[in-house]
Amino acid sequence: MLIRTGDNGFVHPQASEITPQAVYEERRQWLRTVAAGAAGATLAGWAARDARAAMERPGKLAALPGAPSQVAGANTMEAPTAYKDATQYNNYYEFGLDKADPARNAHTLKTTPWSVKVEGLVAKPRTFGLEELLKLSAQEERIYRLRCVEGWSMVIPWVGYSLAQLLREVQPLGSAKYVEFVTLADPKVMPGLRSRVLDWPYTEALRLDEAMHPLTLLSFGMYGEVLPAQNGAPVRLVVPWKYGFKSAKSLVAIRLTDKQPGTAWNKAARNEYGFYSNVNPEVPHPRWSQATERRIGEGGLFAKKRPTLLFNGYGEQVAQMYAGMDLKQQF
Amino acid sequence: MRAAAPRWKAAFMHPAAKPLVFALCLLPFAQLLYGAVFDTLGANPAEALLRATGDWTLRFLCVALAVTPARVLLGLPALARFRRMLGLFVYFYAVTHLLCYALFDQGMDLAEIWRDTLERPFILVGMLAFVLLTALAATSPQRMLRLLGGRRWQWLHRSIYAVAGLALLHFFWMRAGKNDFAEVAVYAAVIALLLGWRLQRWLRKRRAA
Repeated sequence: MLIRTGDNGFVHPQASEITPQAVYEERRQWLRTVAAGAAGATLAGWAARDARAAMERPGKLAALPGAPSQVAGANTMEAPTAYKDATQYNNYYEFGLDKADPARNAHTLKTTPWSVKVEGLVAKPRTFGLEELLKLSAQEERIYRLRCVEGWSMVIPWVGYSLAQLLREVQPLGSAKYVEFVTLADPKVMPGLRSRVLDWPYTEALRLDEAMHPLTLLSFGMYGEVLPAQNGAPVRLVVPWKYGFKSAKSLVAIRLTDKQPGTAWNKAARNEYGFYSNVNPEVPHPRWSQATERRIGEGGLFAKKRPTLLFNGYGEQVAQMYAGMDLKQQF
Repeated sequence: MRAAAPRWKAAFMHPAAKPLVFALCLLPFAQLLYGAVFDTLGANPAEALLRATGDWTLRFLCVALAVTPARVLLGLPALARFRRMLGLFVYFYAVTHLLCYALFDQGMDLAEIWRDTLERPFILVGMLAFVLLTALAATSPQRMLRLLGGRRWQWLHRSIYAVAGLALLHFFWMRAGKNDFAEVAVYAAVIALLLGWRLQRWLRKRRAA
């Protein structure tokens, strides 16, 4: 049957009648929250964890709102991990080796005043005060999956902006090929520095194109508030397609270099923690398979682990940077 | 002091002593069970259970190995009554450790467990320790002692020293990537002390003979 509409298909809705994407996504988020809330009310305990994570505003630290990011791939639709779990289950060896240590010990970290030196192969080396950094670009909220090399994962709503925004300010020279990140190593407030597990200060590095990728986030907050000390306050890196240890916390310096810098974990165990450390289910760690991961707070004790995705699921955005590389050799 | 000592020692012969020690040995298990049911084990309860049961296996191994030195050094023959029970608790915690691994880490996928065991030396070493412990637990009843004969039984049960070495290696390898050996060193020191005492006693006996 022919359906006649009277306009012969020539009348299109006006732009103003189309629901903006942000509003549409907000509605979806609202529906998800309500649905999760209903589930949480009926299924106590374990099942409620996801729902609580999606609903609660932590209200612990200063607010740092961010507008939903427009960067492709920056907003996963998965339920965020509970704030409590994301802030009490941390690897931050400067504050202790146990995952409960950072939450216990990091309160001594003083984040004001704070500055980040950006130096090396750049036309305009500069030291940025934290206030300047916060205002350098609009704050965006990005919901990223976080995959730890230990085989667990979280979903965290970060607040910040692309590192590229900062790097453009200092104008990298043509000779710059790598970006090194140096983190705080203050023995007065960091009891973990006494252990010789790593070569302090903790350093990490990316290739320049990785550092300039729009998904590479310079983060100042999470869950709509400033970063808790144990999560790398006041400013850290988040590289969502790499294992968590690549995302250096509490940054004090960013250096552009022409040679591949040594990195803390690579120096500690070269065969276990490669320079690239892209999330890859095909490249097992010597002591554990990377094929699956445990999403923190998801399901009960008996919940099956979920399969790990190549590049942590960000392949569409980042895979082209590794074209022609053997990711098993250059892991 | 002299008068008090025998009464203190007599406590180990009390009929309530064994049930009391049994209950004490179950305490860590009860605590973990409570934590699992009431969700107080932190963000990653599966990992917490796996690690805690591994820790308790090692601790009970140390306690079981300490029975004989303590019996001789303290002049407490009554301690021998507890040895089998403590040894079986090593096995009990090893079983819970293996079950936690199989259930929470591998989702009871037997093919996956087999592959993991062959691919990862630290798992293989743990499995070997478990197989040996199973043999010891299976031959723990008096009836098995009589069936095997004292000499053969004792020879078999000396493999607890191999279990101790394998368990330490398992723990060491697990921690190796993170260069975090403080806890491994504590267990290694305790086990070395307990085995060293035996070695020294054995050497002295041999010289005397």
